[in-house]
Amino acid sequence: MITYILRRILSSIPVLIGILFVTFALARLIPGDPCRAILGEKATEKICADFAVRHGLDKPIPVQFAVYVGEILRGDLGTSLRYGKPVTELIVERLPTTVELSLAAMVFSVTVGVPLGIISAVRHNSVVDVSTMLMANIGVSMPVFWLGLMLAYIFALLLKGTPLQLPPSGRLSPGMSIPPFFEVWGWEVDGALRSILAFLGGFNLLNSILTWRWDVFLDAVKHMILPAVAVGTIPLAIIARMTRSSMLDVLGQDYVRTARAKGLPRSKVVLKHALRNALLPLVTIIGLSLGTFLGGAVLTETIFGLSGVGRVLYDAITARDYGVVQSFTVVIATFFVVLNLIVDISYVYLDPRVRLD
Amino acid sequence: MNITTEKKEVTGQIADLKAERLRSRESVSIWRSALRRLLRRKSAVLGLIMLGVLVFVALTADIIAPYDPEQVLIGVEENVRMRQPPCIHLLGCPRDQPQHLMGLDGNVRDQFSRVIYGARLSLLVGFTTVSFAIVIGTLLGSIAGYIGGRLDNFIMRLMDVLLAFPSLLLAIAIVSILGPGLINALLAIGIVSIPAYARVARASVLTVRGMEFVEASRALGGGTSYILFSRILPNSLTPLIVQGTLGIGTAILDAAALSFLGLGAQPPTPEWGTMLSAERNQVFTAPHLVFYPGLAIMLTVLAFNLIGDGLRDALDPRLAQSGAD
Repeated sequence: MITYILRRILSSIPVLIGILFVTFALARLIPGDPCRAILGEKATEKICADFAVRHGLDKPIPVQFAVYVGEILRGDLGTSLRYGKPVTELIVERLPTTVELSLAAMVFSVTVGVPLGIISAVRHNSVVDVSTMLMANIGVSMPVFWLGLMLAYIFALLLKGTPLQLPPSGRLSPGMSIPPFFEVWGWEVDGALRSILAFLGGFNLLNSILTWRWDVFLDAVKHMILPAVAVGTIPLAIIARMTRSSMLDVLGQDYVRTARAKGLPRSKVVLKHALRNALLPLVTIIGLSLGTFLGGAVLTETIFGLSGVGRVLYDAITARDYGVVQSFTVVIATFFVVLNLIVDISYVYLDPRVRLD
Repeated sequence: MNITTEKKEVTGQIADLKAERLRSRESVSIWRSALRRLLRRKSAVLGLIMLGVLVFVALTADIIAPYDPEQVLIGVEENVRMRQPPCIHLLGCPRDQPQHLMGLDGNVRDQFSRVIYGARLSLLVGFTTVSFAIVIGTLLGSIAGYIGGRLDNFIMRLMDVLLAFPSLLLAIAIVSILGPGLINALLAIGIVSIPAYARVARASVLTVRGMEFVEASRALGGGTSYILFSRILPNSLTPLIVQGTLGIGTAILDAAALSFLGLGAQPPTPEWGTMLSAERNQVFTAPHLVFYPGLAIMLTVLAFNLIGDGLRDALDPRLAQSGAD
């Protein structure tokens, strides 16, 4: 067990080094002189020579790579030209919005997708099954940004004045704000601890529960629904399809027939015997969908006026702040590798058979 | 003695003939029965019809489209204004007004014509990126699978690294370096999709490599490239076809996303993602300008997904028998 986990952790180290290498190579592939690309018209011979020395561009490529890795390990991801802030600070500030959105989307896609998949499998080839699968097919074919815009149009404009009206932008209604929980509780902290607490306080839903502000909580939930549905729809469709096909696989197995034969009610067989085994591949699918959630967040945040990591990335793209784009790619890819590692390890707990391999 | 040898030879020849006839019948019937299975699935037929319509629209865009997609209609027609809603005569729009099925866009161009021409671009995007990725991916994957050893290890670890990035983000990073534009976006999406094909090709090459007919080929003195390209690859085509069909849908979605972010096709190109991006802030005042391009993307991707799903079931007899999907 421990050997497996260790082996799994060790095997992701080359991938992480590979990620650093790829982003490093991408940065060095920029056509033209990086000095002129960054400084533009200000770049003279003298300034460019200084620039090359300062950024180590006069050193051999392997040394440059080592310096680059060293900077990243120290948490130095460069400075955003557009925001005039260190990239690390931007990430800590904006990450809660994106993580909150991704989690909400994940909750939506799992709580709707799994039951839909089960019903489709149990009532195989029924009207419910056929229509669910058709909807799932449509779901995976929709561009997430289009779905977001259409949802905003329907729920903010067409349904205006009805109880179904939902806000199309922002995280909270104008004028509504809450201080972070640790300030409300009167904690006086600083340094790294403060950064961590501020990071946690950035999660509106968590913060409003901790400060017992249910009005803010409800408002935050209302603002979260449309973006979460937009981001969660594609994974929802994938999850529903996977649940269905893995349930169908399991339902056809002998032990399920035995369970039925010994007189257990159908619902019990489906929910207790079949579902437990059918859900195992789902963990992998959720792990694989993390990329979809993140990609979806990048495209959706700009539509719903959310200032998350995706928004920063979008602004960086439009302002041609490409250093930030690269730093973000490193951070997100690393995050992605670590999450997949956690998914793989959790799989061992869920499925004892994996340990035997 | 002689008679026995001759008899043996004749029996051998008959057996060969029988085997050949059986093989040829089988090879025809595998594809034919796959096609039959494909056509039995209503969803796949629907997908094929949708794709047929799309290809038709793309090929005849010059004839179907009532206007030039880049023509600004101010001064050309009377009573036109920016972001004018659709005017359809059959639905009660006054006859004296020019008909615009999907309205006019922010630059007073006919949205319907732009959507029609967009089909051309999207199909092109899908086919070129996937062809690029299939060729490179299959080459890398099959070389890795057939030669094995260190080369295999190196190629596949490289593919693992590429897979470690969420695909859209890697594409964004690549385009941000190459510079925005349709061709660069296509290249980025192509590069990002290589690993999927490399993996599929490697897996099927590994399965086929050990089969008897490959060994026979080798025993007859076939060279590595001959065995790989004439013997192994044709026999590992089916998973690549399935992956490719589903991949076209994803490529179109990713290209639209890059264009939406301003990294793909640049205005005034009638590309669906670019059109959506240009009018995104007008969704409350002119929803038709956002609705139709998005719908077009969705229907195109849906067509490829339906066909891809159908092909997977039709080409994989195991799935078809179990009725799992």
